[in-house]
Amino acid sequence: MKTKKELIRTETIDEIIENYPIAKDFFMNINLTDLPKNKTLEEALMTVSDVYFEEFGMERHWILYQFALFLDTFDQSSETVSGIDSITICGGHDKSGNPENIDLVISKGEIISIVGPTGSGKSRLLGDIECVAQNDTPTGRTILINGEIVSDDERFETEGKLVAQLSQNMNFVMDLSVKEFLEMHARSRFTKDPSVITTCFECANDLAGEKFSFHTKLTQLSGGQSRALMIADTAFMSTSPIVLIDEIENAGIDRKRAIKLLARNEKITLISTHDPLLALSADKRIVIKNGGIHKVITTTDIEKESLYSVEKLDQTLLTLRNQLRNGQLIYPIG
Amino acid sequence: MKLITVAGPPSSGKTSVIINVIEHLKLRGLNAGVVKFDCLTSFDQERYSENHIPVEVGFSGKVCPDHFFISNIEEALMWGRGSEFDLLISESAGLCNRCSPHIKDILSICVIDNLSGVNTPRKIGPMLKFADIVVVTKGDIVSQAEREVFKFNIRQVNGKARIISVNGITGQGTFMLSKHFENALDIDTLNDMRLRFTTPASICSYCTGETRIGPAYQMGMMKKMEFKK
Repeated sequence: MKTKKELIRTETIDEIIENYPIAKDFFMNINLTDLPKNKTLEEALMTVSDVYFEEFGMERHWILYQFALFLDTFDQSSETVSGIDSITICGGHDKSGNPENIDLVISKGEIISIVGPTGSGKSRLLGDIECVAQNDTPTGRTILINGEIVSDDERFETEGKLVAQLSQNMNFVMDLSVKEFLEMHARSRFTKDPSVITTCFECANDLAGEKFSFHTKLTQLSGGQSRALMIADTAFMSTSPIVLIDEIENAGIDRKRAIKLLARNEKITLISTHDPLLALSADKRIVIKNGGIHKVITTTDIEKESLYSVEKLDQTLLTLRNQLRNGQLIYPIG
Repeated sequence: MKLITVAGPPSSGKTSVIINVIEHLKLRGLNAGVVKFDCLTSFDQERYSENHIPVEVGFSGKVCPDHFFISNIEEALMWGRGSEFDLLISESAGLCNRCSPHIKDILSICVIDNLSGVNTPRKIGPMLKFADIVVVTKGDIVSQAEREVFKFNIRQVNGKARIISVNGITGQGTFMLSKHFENALDIDTLNDMRLRFTTPASICSYCTGETRIGPAYQMGMMKKMEFKK
């Protein structure tokens, strides 16, 4: 295997672009799209005047070096963290300094809900997980990965790659159609298999109450449709092994199926919620009080049975919602 | 004392990020001050003062802001040392996307926000290209996928930088950032150190106060666009 430096020295720009289509972007980024592509980069750069480089504060050898770096960056799957089978939350203390006395192991495929009043410290727990706290955050918690302590170097390394976050407040802001958006995301993930785009799209449509098309603009999606697309996209396209969800209730989507979908895709899923349907669908729930983990409850069999009635209630509300939507009259329920 | 340069477009969240980082540094017993470089006006000094953070503000006025920065940063460093700070943080807005205040060997941060448009990272220039750490704010209001695409576009222009997502309101993410601040290089002086990127030449008649339009008034280093026929 040639190093990137050798590659750049020996192959023409055309040849490189054929193997690394993303290389095209590099020339757009440095505003040099008109280079003759049938030459090596070094030869091609000789066709550009010195004045140009001076003007834009670049030098030829700097461009060669940057191009090698660029190809390296997008060659390795450096954005992926793999091999995470479990995380362990080792207790710290609550706001008054009382110890949490807990070691909770969460394995991939597991769903954990986090419950507690607003301001009780749910976000702080999510924050501890995100930065893989090592007894150095205000809560004094330690988060282990695969049962092991994580060094600062490893924390810097996994920063921003470990956790995918979803919340009620998140919106799409790009001016793109659903299809363009999914393609763009797939491209940034170097997804080899184009079928993932269709899978995402179909799955999102399945979760959403109302259907949307490939050509719908992202910004025209309803709250529920947006949430459904975000969840499908996180499940199939995001490589982060942990998913943190902050309040997706009232979103007009099939919430239970949505979180099952994430779990099935081998994610470690944590949901901060007040929604009985979501809380009871989880395997366990963490109760937060006064900034600390008050207790951990494993969903009991009786609770799982109640889940059935909760679902029925939910279904009733959904039916009513659809009747309203379709201009029907509502009759007494019971 | 450690020096850290923080740059970013207006309203990207630089001040919030710095205030949150300093909170973490305070918990570890570290004393930090801020020097803010701006053009004509700034409101940030009040926010720093409210948070009991010592701050000095400099306005470039009619001088090129980057020239102004580089001609004053050593004095700022002396102020910081005189005030016995452990860290001095310089904050400056990247004003024309052509410049960056980043100095070789000095921890350099660029702050940009997720709302600024998905291709913005590719347009920002040296301020982003030469940063050691790119802090991305306002991620709490856009989708995970957009955050990922945004990061991808940052990688396109700066393959080496660490990218840290920060919520400027809750401070989420600033903890790890504060660790980087703590590990920044200790220096006594900036004399003989170098900028990572040149500042633009500005030696034409308009630099010296000319306001009239037309070739008769254009002297010094002028650059003309070439329009197609």
